[in-house]
Amino acid sequence: MKKFGNFVANDNLNFEVYEGEIFGFLGANGAGKTTAIRILSGLSESTSGEVIVAGYNAKKQPEQIKKNIGYMCQKFSLYADLTVKENIMLYGGIYGMRKALIRERTDILLNKLNFREYGDRFISDLPLGLKQKLAFSVAVMHEPKIVFLDEPTGGVDPITRRQFWEMIYETAARDITVFVTTHYMDEAEYCDRISIMSEGKIVALDTPVELKKQYDAESVEEVFVKIARPGNTPHPTPISSRGEGE
Amino acid sequence: MRTILYLIRKEFLQIFRDKFIGKAIFGVPIVQMLLLVPAVTFEINNVRLCIIDRDMTTESRELVNQLEGSTFFKVRFATFSEQEANNLLHRGKCDLVLQIPPGFGKETGIGNPGRILVSVNAINAVNAQLSWAYLNGVIRDYNMNIVAENTGSLTFGSFPQIQISNRYWYNELLNYKYYMLPGVLGILVLAIGFLLAGLNLVKEKESGTIEQINVTPVKKYHFIIAKMVPFLIIGLIDLAVGLIIGKLTFNIPFEGSIAILFLGSAIFMVAVLGLALFISTFSGTQQQFMFTAFFFIIIFVLMSGIFTPLESMPLWAQKFDLINPAAYVMRINRMVMLKGSTFQDISRDIWSLTLIAIAFTALAVNRYRKTA
Repeated sequence: MKKFGNFVANDNLNFEVYEGEIFGFLGANGAGKTTAIRILSGLSESTSGEVIVAGYNAKKQPEQIKKNIGYMCQKFSLYADLTVKENIMLYGGIYGMRKALIRERTDILLNKLNFREYGDRFISDLPLGLKQKLAFSVAVMHEPKIVFLDEPTGGVDPITRRQFWEMIYETAARDITVFVTTHYMDEAEYCDRISIMSEGKIVALDTPVELKKQYDAESVEEVFVKIARPGNTPHPTPISSRGEGE
Repeated sequence: MRTILYLIRKEFLQIFRDKFIGKAIFGVPIVQMLLLVPAVTFEINNVRLCIIDRDMTTESRELVNQLEGSTFFKVRFATFSEQEANNLLHRGKCDLVLQIPPGFGKETGIGNPGRILVSVNAINAVNAQLSWAYLNGVIRDYNMNIVAENTGSLTFGSFPQIQISNRYWYNELLNYKYYMLPGVLGILVLAIGFLLAGLNLVKEKESGTIEQINVTPVKKYHFIIAKMVPFLIIGLIDLAVGLIIGKLTFNIPFEGSIAILFLGSAIFMVAVLGLALFISTFSGTQQQFMFTAFFFIIIFVLMSGIFTPLESMPLWAQKFDLINPAAYVMRINRMVMLKGSTFQDISRDIWSLTLIAIAFTALAVNRYRKTA
């Protein structure tokens, strides 16, 4: 649980995410997604409750967690006045990668993104779509166990979004768990499982197919509108009874 | 350790990529030295006098002539109206009014003490005291002359008297530039360290880049040290630039060891950077930081002893200066440059400053939170 003064941003969140899965974290604006993701990535502390990420306890071993996660902020936060290569080099270095390895990964990364000619450009000169792809690549460069993406595709064009999701699939295929928040319901359909938050609580959690069945909906969007609109009484779906384990 | 190097590299890249800062860090010391050192002086040259000579005798004439002859005084006005003289003083047209009452010549002639009245504009207390002291000196000389003249047959030399020959040690010519320059070197390093480093960290907060750093396993002290090292190096380069300008333009004497001067300034910078980063951990915006930083810089500089001697400050102020890093660096700079002090001579100051530096840095590391 997370409290800010009297305001309860996250209330009684109980969920588990499986290794290597793509976990969609949905909710209306202000539902408490970012608060939750900040707690999970160690930027914020929970007021109460137990948080275990990548097998480590967030209160007792926060630095162990940080070694094993990647994080992509809602607000773009690579250094705008450094070049693409310099940013990659910096974060590679911070995660303790050897210089040769950083070079090798940089090459692969730039090739994969068709970024070759952008290597020496300043981040501030890149279009948004490229920035987001780069931020994601940097977040998983050190092969973390789990990566948190906070609205990674906000404001990005459909083609780039598609490419971005291809990157997410590729990452998940390397057994890196992807924890992603989004407002695009088509993206939610791509997730292995999704949870929907409303007013600080998780009101639904299952595979997209299951949820659509439960709520008798055509699409995840319909499910979302049915339960996530503030004021709507959510369909009683007992989440805690679902047996989950890593 | 490697992490620190990567972070330091990043800081340097960013500093020199900023077109303005990249130039300013070398422009500022040059301009500051050329401006401040000659501008800030306690010497007084042209004290403007207004004379009310109601006596109009040879004796009074002579006194006025003697004042006019000195380099400090310029007789600007002569009047018989006290009201006009006060008016001139009031409007700031003159600094000092000298009244010679009638009978001055006669009294001194018959061996009675002559009386004069002096009013000084003391808006600037330092100026007032100095002009008063200068005036006193001139009148003392004049006194001697009268005594010599009036004792007739006795030659002046046969008087029993004490003759003082003085030497000003460590600054023979009482050159105020020599006194100011070591202090200005301290201010220079202070401003660069305090403002640039502190603003740098707050800027990362504002732009959100610090979040991306905070989710990494970077250690807190790595991050703080990486923020300090580049500015420490830049500060010491600026110190070198300042010294070279001092040598070339003011021919400043350098009695002591350059290594000790740099050692002192390096420790000073660590203290300043530590405090700046500590403050920046509290500040959410660059504005907040600037406001707080300004507060500290003013206090540190004015209480450092650069303008006024520490010994003449009230006791509580002297106690405060035990934790004022600027007070230490002023002393160290002056002692090393003008007096040629060795490490042993100033070791107490060096060790105290080191303690302060460690304390401020520890505060910064401790206060910097990766988790909000």
